[in-house]
Amino acid sequence: MTENVSGNIQASGMDNGADIGKIVGKQSVAFKNPPYIISASSIAGKKEGEGPLGALFDQIVEDPMFGQENWESAESELMKMTAQLALAKAGLKNTDIRYLIGGDLLCQLIATSFGIAELGIPVFGIFGACSTMGEAMILGSALVEGGFAEKVMAITSSHFAGAEKQFRFPLDYGNQRPYSASWTVTGSGAVIISNQQDPKKKDGEPDLVITGFTTGKIVDYGIKDSMNMGAAMAPAAFETIKQNFEDFNIRPDYYDRIITGDLGYIGKNILLEFLKEQNYDISGQHMDCGIEIFNQEDQDTHAGGSGCGCSAITFAGYILKQLKERKWKRVLFVPTGALLSQVSYNEGNTIPCIAHAVMVEAR
Amino acid sequence: MGRKVVLMEKEKNKIAEILQEKNKAVRDEKYKQYVEQVTPKFSIVKNCIAAYIVGGIICVIGQGLTNFFLSRTGDLELSKAYTTLCLVFLSVFLTGVGLYQKLAKFGGAGTLVPITGFANSVAAPAVEYKKEGQVFGIGCKVFTIAGPVILYGIFSSWVLGLIYYILKQIGIV
Repeated sequence: MTENVSGNIQASGMDNGADIGKIVGKQSVAFKNPPYIISASSIAGKKEGEGPLGALFDQIVEDPMFGQENWESAESELMKMTAQLALAKAGLKNTDIRYLIGGDLLCQLIATSFGIAELGIPVFGIFGACSTMGEAMILGSALVEGGFAEKVMAITSSHFAGAEKQFRFPLDYGNQRPYSASWTVTGSGAVIISNQQDPKKKDGEPDLVITGFTTGKIVDYGIKDSMNMGAAMAPAAFETIKQNFEDFNIRPDYYDRIITGDLGYIGKNILLEFLKEQNYDISGQHMDCGIEIFNQEDQDTHAGGSGCGCSAITFAGYILKQLKERKWKRVLFVPTGALLSQVSYNEGNTIPCIAHAVMVEAR
Repeated sequence: MGRKVVLMEKEKNKIAEILQEKNKAVRDEKYKQYVEQVTPKFSIVKNCIAAYIVGGIICVIGQGLTNFFLSRTGDLELSKAYTTLCLVFLSVFLTGVGLYQKLAKFGGAGTLVPITGFANSVAAPAVEYKKEGQVFGIGCKVFTIAGPVILYGIFSSWVLGLIYYILKQIGIV
C-alpha cells in the first residue's frame, strides 16, 4: 500500500497499468483518476431548517406539501427543485448530464420517476433505502471514472409524511413513538460528479474528489423491530467500515471524519462498541448525520433523523462545505439503509440492512 | 467505580461473543439481548400516570355530558347515545385539526382506550387516504387501523354469545 503523489491510494503490486489495478481488497475500489464533485444542492423541510444544520442548506421550504396535492407529489416536486438547483449552481443545463442516478423510499420510486421526468436525463433508478445517496455516488463515480460519462448526477429524497404513511401510520393517528424510533427527514440532496475540475472553483479552494469506495453486503443480525432501525443497521455499518480499513490497510485516523447515515444514538453506540472490539477505535472520527441534523431534546426526534434525505442533505450542505473550507481533508461517507418493506415486516421477517462507504477527499 | 469497570468488561465480552459466534441463530439471539439492553425504554410508571390523568379527564367529560343529557331528557339510554356521539365528534374534530396525535403522545393508552381513540383510528386514515380517492382511498383504507378491532370484536362477541347460549341451554346460567 502506497500513497502516490496526488494522495490517491493505490494497491501496490496490483497496479500494473491495467484497469484491474483499481480493484482493492475484497469489496473496494480505488480510482486512478478520482472524479470531481463539481456541484451539490440541498433542500430541506421546515423542521430540518430549524435543526442545528438549518443554516447550511441551500433552501428551506416551509410548506410540507411543496405546493402540491399530496405527499408523494410533494416529494417529487422537492426532488425536481433539488436537481434543478444542482444544475443551476454548476451553471449547467440538463443536457450536460449524461446520466442521473437516483432513488427514494416510496414504492416503485415514484418520487424519483415523477420528479425528474421532465428533466429528460437518461436515468438509473436505484433502491438502497436510506443508503441510496452512497449507492448513487458509487455508481455515478464509477461511470465517470470508467469513461462512460462526463457528468453524472446522484440524487435522492425522502419526505417525513410520505414515509410515515407508507411504513407506519397515518399522520394524525394517535400513537406513541418509542425512544428508539427515528424521524424521517424531509429533504433532498444532489451532487454532480464530473471527469473535469469544477470550472467555477475559486482560487485557493480545494478540488473535491471521490477517491474510492467500499460496497456493502446485506447484513442481517435478526432484528425485527422496525422502530429500532439504528440497532438493525449498526452491524451493516460495522462490516462495511471494517472492510474499508482492511481492504486499504488503513487505520481510522486515515480519515478526519467517518460519517454514517442514520444510525442515530442507539446505532452509533453499537457501531463504536463493535469496532472497538475489533481494535478499531473510531470514537474520535465518528459522526452520524441522523444525530447532527436534529436537536434531539428540543425537536423531540428520539433516536435521530433517518431517510434517504438525511445523509444526502447533510453531505451536500455540511460535509462538502467542511471539505471545501479545508476543515477536513478526508472523510468516509457511509450511508446506511434498512431494506425492509411493509409486507416483509408484516410477514414477520427480519430487517436486512446495508451500508455503502464512499471515500471523499479535498485536495 | 469498580463495579462500573466490571460492568463494562462484561459488556465487552458480550460483544466479542456476538462477533465470534458462528451459528447465525445463536448470534442473532445474543445480539437481540444486547440491543434490548442498550435501547432506552419509556418509564411505565410515568406512562401509567399520564394515561390515568388523560383517560380520566376524557371519562369525566363523558360523565358530565351524560349527566347533562340526563337532566334534559330523563332517559339514561338516550343520554349515553348522545354522549358517545359528542365524544366521537370531539375526537374526530381534534384529529382533523391535528391535535389528537399531540394529546395521544402524552396520554398514551389514556387516549387509545376510550371511544375517542377508536374514532381517531378511523378519522386519521380518512384524512390521510382522501387523496387516493373516495373508493380506493377512503373506502378501502378507512379501517386499516380499526379493522382488526371491528373484525375480532364482533367475532369474539359472537363466540361469547355462543358460549352463553350453550351454558343457558344446559342450565348453568
